[in-house]
Amino acid sequence: MKAVVVGGGPAGLYFALLAKKANPSDQVTVIERNPPDATFGWGVVFSEETLGALRDADFESYDEISTSFARWNAIDIYFRNSRIRSRGHVFTGISRKVLLNILQRRARQLGVDLVFGQEIGDLASLREADLLVGADGINGRVRQAYAEVFRPTQVVHPTKYVWFGTNLALDAFTFIFRRNQDGLFQVHAYPFDARTSTFIVECGEETWRRAGLDQASERDSIAYCEELFGEELNSRRLLSNRSLWVNFVTLRAETWHHENVVLLGDAAHTAHFSIGSGTKLAMEDAIALVDALRRHGQLEAALTDYEMDRQPVVERFQAAALESSRYFEDVSRYERFDPQPFAFNLLTRSGRISYVNLTLRDPAFVRSVDAWYAAAATGSANGAGRLAPPPMFAPLRLGELRLANRVTAAITGEDTARNGSPDEGHLRQLLSAAETGAAMVLTEMTAVSPDGRVTSGSTGLYTGEHAEVWGRIVAAVHERAGARIALSLGHAGRRGSMRPRREGIDRPLRQGGWTVRSASPIAYTPHGQVPRAMDDGEMRKVIRQFTEAAELAGGGGFDLLELNLAHGYLLASFLSPLSNQRTDEYGGSLANRMRFPLAVVDAVRSRWKGPLAVKLSASDWMPAGFSLDDAVTVAAALKQHGCNLIHAVMGQNVAEARPDYGRMFGVPAADRVRNEAEIPTLATGNITTTDEVNTILAAGRADLCLLD
Amino acid sequence: MNVGIGLPTTIPGTTGEVLVEWARKADAGPFSTLAVLDRVAYHSFDPFMALAAAAAVTRRVRLATMVVVAPLRNTVLLAKEAASLDALSGGRFTLGLAVGARGEDYKIAGVDQRGRGRRLSEQLEQVRGLWEDGRIAPPPDGRPGPPLLVGGSSGEALARMARYADGYAHGGGPARAFASAAAKARAAWLDAGRPGTPALWGMAYFALGAGTSESGANYLRHYYAFTGPFAEKVAAANLTSADAVIDFLRGYRDAGCDELILFPTLSASDQVDQLADIVS
Repeated sequence: MKAVVVGGGPAGLYFALLAKKANPSDQVTVIERNPPDATFGWGVVFSEETLGALRDADFESYDEISTSFARWNAIDIYFRNSRIRSRGHVFTGISRKVLLNILQRRARQLGVDLVFGQEIGDLASLREADLLVGADGINGRVRQAYAEVFRPTQVVHPTKYVWFGTNLALDAFTFIFRRNQDGLFQVHAYPFDARTSTFIVECGEETWRRAGLDQASERDSIAYCEELFGEELNSRRLLSNRSLWVNFVTLRAETWHHENVVLLGDAAHTAHFSIGSGTKLAMEDAIALVDALRRHGQLEAALTDYEMDRQPVVERFQAAALESSRYFEDVSRYERFDPQPFAFNLLTRSGRISYVNLTLRDPAFVRSVDAWYAAAATGSANGAGRLAPPPMFAPLRLGELRLANRVTAAITGEDTARNGSPDEGHLRQLLSAAETGAAMVLTEMTAVSPDGRVTSGSTGLYTGEHAEVWGRIVAAVHERAGARIALSLGHAGRRGSMRPRREGIDRPLRQGGWTVRSASPIAYTPHGQVPRAMDDGEMRKVIRQFTEAAELAGGGGFDLLELNLAHGYLLASFLSPLSNQRTDEYGGSLANRMRFPLAVVDAVRSRWKGPLAVKLSASDWMPAGFSLDDAVTVAAALKQHGCNLIHAVMGQNVAEARPDYGRMFGVPAADRVRNEAEIPTLATGNITTTDEVNTILAAGRADLCLLD
Repeated sequence: MNVGIGLPTTIPGTTGEVLVEWARKADAGPFSTLAVLDRVAYHSFDPFMALAAAAAVTRRVRLATMVVVAPLRNTVLLAKEAASLDALSGGRFTLGLAVGARGEDYKIAGVDQRGRGRRLSEQLEQVRGLWEDGRIAPPPDGRPGPPLLVGGSSGEALARMARYADGYAHGGGPARAFASAAAKARAAWLDAGRPGTPALWGMAYFALGAGTSESGANYLRHYYAFTGPFAEKVAAANLTSADAVIDFLRGYRDAGCDELILFPTLSASDQVDQLADIVS
């Protein structure tokens, strides 16, 4: 076989030497546009797993690489005049230049033909080889030449970063967060030999402009950063190497091969630098490609196999890298955190490390987080010390209500109520929810009036009989299960007059239906009833119904009252611009759209003395719909109006949205609302393990979790 | 987990005789379900016609479309065909619907591809309503109609499934991909506030016997040519040995699959026998 590799970076060189080693009779050529000793960037990081793969693939180069490594196992987090150190994270770093020299030497020794300082000319002539490998980086010509087949997409990240070196020998992966008059800056730094470290500085674009870094020369940028981080640099210098401020670009491609052309490393995919995996992924690509070529006689089968092997791995890293990059984009949200939760949140940012993983890596650190959490939860100075429970078992105080742990269990309505009256089935469901050990159980949405019901079998709280039955249920949950019980109160609006939900959702009743109401006369589904727009009289009536139900709830002994401003029901239909097209003072601006729901909250607040929660759809999951930004504004207003907790959910304000049901899908909303509107949140949405609950809580992304 | 087998309705060269023979063998074998694919602009049999023929020569095995491209069809006639097939087979039918991925099917049927998701949502509501009305076909005795599955990998598809259907039809892939889709399907169901749990169906392709793997792969390359480079990956994932099938079944069972349909890539009826040996 004759193989031509375009690009002499780690991916290209490693592929070339492994291919030549596997089949010495092959003719393998690497063409690199730069001279052999030119290199950009400083050090690169590998995990233990990658090292194992390198050892198995070529022991000779591994041996040299491993003697040139810097190894460390700590992560240092400098935040608000403190340093938190977490151990048990094994990393190795190496100078990119040293790595390339080792790979070049080894490739030559094996008989690879290395051509430096040469631009590639005509790709068509290079394709006369049996295999053309594009390892020419993110701006690679090989991918661009067949873009219509590879179908690449590029996403430009919003922050600015610059890649410096420093002759400071760090002994940990180091994150530094520092705010000055221009804004917040963060550093990602790690050692790569005994004397030198990579030192990446990142900040938001506005901060970057305020600091004048958009106009600054390389020298000016260095002076600015040296002054900003003088303390941590310990008067060492920052070193430049064509160090320019840039935006990171995430590259994806639908396919990585076409006939006899294949892409490797950054030419095929990139993942945000904050999880440090670019070189690792590139070298693993090279190993997988050579393995696939050895396994299959036929080129097409080998290249398909390579792609099927590597694409899922790369996609997982890209997903984690995206989470990580978003954390750094929004990190100012967490500046008011204490150092322990700040550090825990940082360490678990990408979703790849959880509470349990961290407990295995660094039990002492997790114990300190548990102790901090318990202390904050109980208000005692020293918490529970060494015997602090995991965050899930820390108590929570909401006004006068004390919950024994951080898990809430909700039930799915079976629509078996008669004329709104709950039955034995409801009691059974609530008791069995409480038996999970959750400190609080939450009822299905219970209507404030007959036409506020979702289905003919929905529960209600609008008659004396309802109050009596609910009172018995509350007493049974208190006495038999020892749990707290919250009433979810709402008005179905245009999602009312539907059939029992076991027959499907939002399917109108055929008989015995009622006229439905909403902010505007827009049907929820194409065949649904067109609702009547609420007029002033109806608004007053609904406010009265909510307050009467709240009074009945108080008499019934419920521990917490939740008002439904979610999922397209009546109050949510006012909030979303997609369902509210009114031209009066209840439509138009967000302030207007909030007016009626807030009036309901005010009226209820004046009659309900206990803790008040609001269930809020934090996004319509639709362009031009209610957004997470809007949710933060609404949550802040709700807090002003006496609300104690936001139960953050997603979507359902309109029937045809673009939902994402991935793992913990509602947590970003709970996180933003909690940390931007500064109000406690209940997180929901595909939270299925206690490990996820502990991770969410300890990271300060929510205060309570609804475990599915 | 139940294991079903596909009818070779989309494999070029398959005759009516082969389909009937195949159905008889499947009914006698260890399979829970006999399922069909749907494609219009292709040398393939109509899914309802093929299953009606199968219904006539089987007594036990369940019948399913996995899946029919609903927006290409008139909704009332679709509901009628499905209810008729259900009645013909004595209540053995499961209707799987999706929007499909092939532009050429929409083109040849003269249907606009835009808005197909919304159209499917409307169709699901209508189909259920028509069955319940009992005006357009033999009424399903006491049931709300045949079970409904919805396919598709987007969040929209999962929401549609949770709103109107009884279960989810996954489009194929390794067990890990199925597990991830199944978790999302369950989450969508719970989020919608639907009581109970969705039925989770999976699918894969197989070719068994010496010298069959290349022609099986060639069929898949041809069938999936419209996806471009993805066709090679489907072809490479074809299950071509007993070990591969068993491994796959285990993976799907552990991922929570309720019903896994194995579709043939060759139409020789000894494929049924070979798969039956492995499954039983």
